[in-house]
Amino acid sequence: MCNTCGCAVTPAGRGLIYRPIETETHVLSTLNHLLAENNTQAAHNRAHFGAHGVLAVNLMSSPGAGKTALLEATIEALRDQMRLAVIEGDLETENDAERIRARGVPAVQITTGAACHLDAHMVHRALHQIDLAGIDIVFIENVGNLVCPAGFDLGQHRNVVLLSVTEGDDKPAKYPVMFRAADLVLLTKTDLLPHLDDFDPAQAERRLRQLANPAPLWPLSSKKMTGLEPWLDWLRGHARKASAPAHSGVEFSAALNHA
Amino acid sequence: MHELSICQSLIRQVETLAKQHRARAIARVTVQIGPLSGVAPELLEQAFYAARAGTLAEAARLTTLHAPVRVRCEQCGAESAAAIQHLTCARCGGWRTQLISGNEMQLVSVELVGGDHAPSKQEETAYV
Repeated sequence: MCNTCGCAVTPAGRGLIYRPIETETHVLSTLNHLLAENNTQAAHNRAHFGAHGVLAVNLMSSPGAGKTALLEATIEALRDQMRLAVIEGDLETENDAERIRARGVPAVQITTGAACHLDAHMVHRALHQIDLAGIDIVFIENVGNLVCPAGFDLGQHRNVVLLSVTEGDDKPAKYPVMFRAADLVLLTKTDLLPHLDDFDPAQAERRLRQLANPAPLWPLSSKKMTGLEPWLDWLRGHARKASAPAHSGVEFSAALNHA
Repeated sequence: MHELSICQSLIRQVETLAKQHRARAIARVTVQIGPLSGVAPELLEQAFYAARAGTLAEAARLTTLHAPVRVRCEQCGAESAAAIQHLTCARCGGWRTQLISGNEMQLVSVELVGGDHAPSKQEETAYV
């Protein structure tokens, strides 16, 4: 039960009983996305990132897959090369933002309370607390959840989904909406692979392809700082594109598939 | 589990439309939800009846239209039905496909009670 999705609403609490409408009605046809409000705000956020030549990366995974650890390793690896900033999304606590700040990188914590995802308005409010001048990449660490965050465009340029090897290699099949939205999948905690006999990276990749997703899937260990190079190259390449002048023809579009 | 957030956004959209048309109330809201939208129709319905209280939609019914999952193959060009975990081509088995239906999350229509049929010019621009 949560306060967000309606799962706590019982039949007895469904509000007012339907009353037949006695007068004439007329029908308006529309083709608006249900999250049109959020998507308008997301486009505004994306334009804001674009105006500053900043790459915005939305990090999503289940809780505990290693999003903050990946950021810590990335901060160390890019310390002398790029300037980073982080927006942290959690239900409660400032812990993750403190871990990032301890590494000398500005971080804004969004605590969502009961909400199970970040939305574009929350990110917009957080952006008011970040000076983007001189920043190359903003990471948005979403709430740990493989369901809800997939539906909300935040204004990011790319979605990166983490799958830790302590989870099942069938996660892409179980959470197709999330893994379909991934522009890049990172297999994390691969230093633990020798101790696990039931996670097959090739099987995880097959499941991802069955979702018609051509996204790269790269193994790495944030703890051991191994396998990071393809990820770091990917970041450098995308940050270069994001910082290119708008008239250069390089264009970033929304990462999510909107109907 | 984000259906209540989506419903609150939906209610704001339909209330805006109703006010533009000076409607007294909203009788019915029709949405289309594809299986790959990430929205569970039954949860959306429960959330709708919670979110409509105290709004112009407080007596409105929600009608949900479904959408089939269909893909177009980039290799052989065939269009075929697919399952949400298997978006591969039914003809050649290739995985490089484009989703052509199945992730819909749309407000299709709103049935208004009273009011006029065209939005007032002044308010029309406020709704994009």
